[in-house]
Amino acid sequence: MNQPVRGQRISVEVNGERHERDVEARRLLVHFLRDDLDLTGTHVGCDTGNCGACTVILEGVAIKSCMLLAVQADGRSVETVEGLAPDGELHPLQEAFSSFHALQCGYCTPGMLMSAKHLLDHNPEPTEGEIRRAIQGNICRCTGYVNIVEAIASAAKGGGR
Amino acid sequence: MSETTVSPDRPITVEREETAPGFIGVNVPRKEDKRLVQGEGVFVDDIKRHGMAYVHFVRSPYAHAAISRIDVSKAMELDGVYGTLIGEEVAAETDPFFQIAPPPGGDLKDYALAVGKVRHVGEPVVAVAAATRELARDAADLVEVDYEPLEPVIDPEQAAASGTVQLHDEVPNNTIWQGNFDYGDYDAALAEADKVVRIKRLHFHRFSSTPLETSGAVVEYNRGTGQWTLHTNNQFPGFAIIMMAPALKVGMDKLRFVSQDIGGGFGNKICTHVQLVAMCLLARKLNRAVNWTEWRTDQHTANSHGNERVFLDVEVPVKADGTMLGFKARMIDDCGAWTRYEPLGCIIWAQVTPGVYRWRNVRVDFTQVCTNKSPCGPNRGYSRMQHLWFTERLMDIVAQELGADPVEIRKRNYIRADEMPYETPNGCVYDSGDYARCLDEALKLIDYSGIEEKRRDAEKRGKLLGVGIGSTLDSGTNNFGQSTIVNPELQFSGNNEVATVKLDIFGEIVVTLGTTPQGQSHETTAAQVVADILKVSPDDVNVRAGHDSYWNSHAGFSGTYASQFAVTGLGAVKGATEMLRDEILKIGAGVLGAGSTDEVELADGFVRRKDNPEAALPFMACGAIVNANNAVLPLELRDITLNCRYVYVPPHQLPDKERKFGNLTLTYANQIHACVVEVDPETGVYEIVDYGAVDDCGVRINPLIVEGQVHGAAAQSIGAATHETFPYDEDGNLLTPNFYDYHVPHSLDMPPMKTAYVESPSPFTPLGAKGMGEGGGAGLSAVASALQDALRSRGKPIVSSSSNPYHRIWELLQSPEESRSLVEVETR
Repeated sequence: MNQPVRGQRISVEVNGERHERDVEARRLLVHFLRDDLDLTGTHVGCDTGNCGACTVILEGVAIKSCMLLAVQADGRSVETVEGLAPDGELHPLQEAFSSFHALQCGYCTPGMLMSAKHLLDHNPEPTEGEIRRAIQGNICRCTGYVNIVEAIASAAKGGGR
Repeated sequence: MSETTVSPDRPITVEREETAPGFIGVNVPRKEDKRLVQGEGVFVDDIKRHGMAYVHFVRSPYAHAAISRIDVSKAMELDGVYGTLIGEEVAAETDPFFQIAPPPGGDLKDYALAVGKVRHVGEPVVAVAAATRELARDAADLVEVDYEPLEPVIDPEQAAASGTVQLHDEVPNNTIWQGNFDYGDYDAALAEADKVVRIKRLHFHRFSSTPLETSGAVVEYNRGTGQWTLHTNNQFPGFAIIMMAPALKVGMDKLRFVSQDIGGGFGNKICTHVQLVAMCLLARKLNRAVNWTEWRTDQHTANSHGNERVFLDVEVPVKADGTMLGFKARMIDDCGAWTRYEPLGCIIWAQVTPGVYRWRNVRVDFTQVCTNKSPCGPNRGYSRMQHLWFTERLMDIVAQELGADPVEIRKRNYIRADEMPYETPNGCVYDSGDYARCLDEALKLIDYSGIEEKRRDAEKRGKLLGVGIGSTLDSGTNNFGQSTIVNPELQFSGNNEVATVKLDIFGEIVVTLGTTPQGQSHETTAAQVVADILKVSPDDVNVRAGHDSYWNSHAGFSGTYASQFAVTGLGAVKGATEMLRDEILKIGAGVLGAGSTDEVELADGFVRRKDNPEAALPFMACGAIVNANNAVLPLELRDITLNCRYVYVPPHQLPDKERKFGNLTLTYANQIHACVVEVDPETGVYEIVDYGAVDDCGVRINPLIVEGQVHGAAAQSIGAATHETFPYDEDGNLLTPNFYDYHVPHSLDMPPMKTAYVESPSPFTPLGAKGMGEGGGAGLSAVASALQDALRSRGKPIVSSSSNPYHRIWELLQSPEESRSLVEVETR
């Protein structure tokens, strides 16, 4: 009788760098990023796919990395928060989040930034309503979203208060 | 000086010589942000150790049951399972946790794992440690536990009734604590009243702030020294160590607490000492580092919930002109299955006994009961929020029943600015504030003068518009002596916090705090205070991130909780920095040949002679001389270390235990919120269409950070008022154990948020600042108030619960008379 495949070797490009690892078939993408690749900027805030702290961009689409298996990312490319400022110069969204005080504890911030980046990549001039819809899958318990929405709007306009 | 501004961006002026002009009051960018926006923060689950085990708890599926058998053998057979821990081992190796309550509540035996019996769904029964997260979960599934289910008690009013099922053998009638509070002369007030408003029952519901990062720890044990290192997001290490060291039968120094970044706390991360003891035992037993990262579901079912409270047989004596003379009530507080921080909630409400009102006659019969639900603990606004909601409900119900204007009756009853500092009937001293002015500002924010026109406009669209007002007193810098009112035998009082500030060899200014910030921006505000005193820029000040008890910068009350950093933390920073400043001046005077320290000053990173600014010594030289070239110093300067530790101790006194009287906190920041709702009368669905929050926390160190706290606290209370609730079924199952069912506000749920500020500096604190951040409770009152106002034309229903989801409003619309039966007015 055939045994089910329990693991697989996968190759995933993360922030432009290719990584090959043997992973269990049930390994979640978020745990692959955090535990296998040590990219701990992507966070986990729930176990039901509701909070969005684990949001990354997979092949240009913002996804919740706790809702995908690592093997599903095989052969594909992922962007995480660690890739936003590759040469140390902050991305305009990162600058705006700081100058608008759009983060307090910072736990939701990486996922929020990735959702915002996905929005601006596809819609460079979003309305407030579009911004709010784009981050509705990201829970923040500290800020009430007020300054997050303002920060994203500012980044879209090139930054500045 | 007291200043109002509706423009939070505008820098404020602080008229205090020692700090002005400078960085206090300025929106300095946060030092924390650079790492956090790059995903380079270090949260507890980011920490890894060689050979680390992941721990999963086997939890009770029953609300109440005896444990008849535990068998871990099948779990242990799995490859990669390192070991388990069960209640019997815990009971053999540890003492039960110290109880704050006097007997009988004080007699209950609380351990890190269930021993013999489970008392709520989700209670940890067995801990399993394995090589991966997934494997630990697999192994937990193989643990066999046999239970003999017992009848649960879920309802707090039933719990207190005699003959009910008992949770703890030691605690008759499930009554943890009972006390009577009697202030002023309630009987005389009742006799003097022209009208008496009676309310049969009000209910404040269970919910919690549910920080996005769940609780967790990575714990290591050093066999050679017997020392544990706990990398953990516990937010009150001072309290955790006091609880854990006696339980583990070790000295306090054996428990080293370390944290860097914490993903929100809101009080919910205070009572993790229970799980941390299980981690310590496992780390020692397995001789390896152990990681415990709580699952979201576990956080909802078994972490700190905010206390549920019922207010019964309420009576309010009122004069014909609307002056309310006080109140009488019977209160039953439900603390869940265990008293992890309780029964402190039985006294903490008394910090704000009359709320913002001039009520002099108060009689309260307060009982706390245990039930088969998750244990309660501090939750943003802890215990005061429940009580302040009650005071605002009284105000609105009285106003409605007497036909009084809700603004005018509030102003008639508010404590006035010219009465500050104001001593309440139970001896609390409100330090400063101008509630009427805050209300005026809040009403401006929602354009109250045009509200009747908006009401008519809403009617045309088939909607019912309502306006509501709420208040909070964000009392901060606890006097822990209030605990002696619940247990006179306790030796526990005062408060303290520590900071060290040093100047290193190369001129670096290094600050360590005793606190455990979870988003409150301590690195930034501490740097602002240091910069002003040493005449440098905040960029020149390196505030170490997080907490480490090896820094020797902590004391018994160290942590981040209960609105106190601006007073205790920054008080310590100010004290330590002033010590350092004086030492630098001494070195400068000595080296520059000045006669005394009066002849030198600090400027731009130098100490220099006032009469000759060219004669100047850079801080780097001071640091180098003292630390690495001290033979050049005259003997009388050799006791200088440039490493200054200061303990801030607020001027608290022991309360009068017999009279339950005394000042229970040092500061009383206040908030007035106003909101406008539109209700669809067909469905009960409503929308908050306008929202204004006015905050007065005295001197604002960093206005943008203050505003962030106001936004967040308001969002949490709006969430709690509308959707967030922890309801249980009759078998004791939590119905909202995750973010699917427990709906916290999302970006689309938030109303337009407007803010304004009044600044009434505290006369009692080092910087004129008051602790703040817990002022959101006003939103719970404002939403309830607005909903009652909106429904007025539909049979005047009474909003009697703090939880008002749409279906509840629909019920009020369907049968207003049912809620009206809760209220009666006696006219004398």
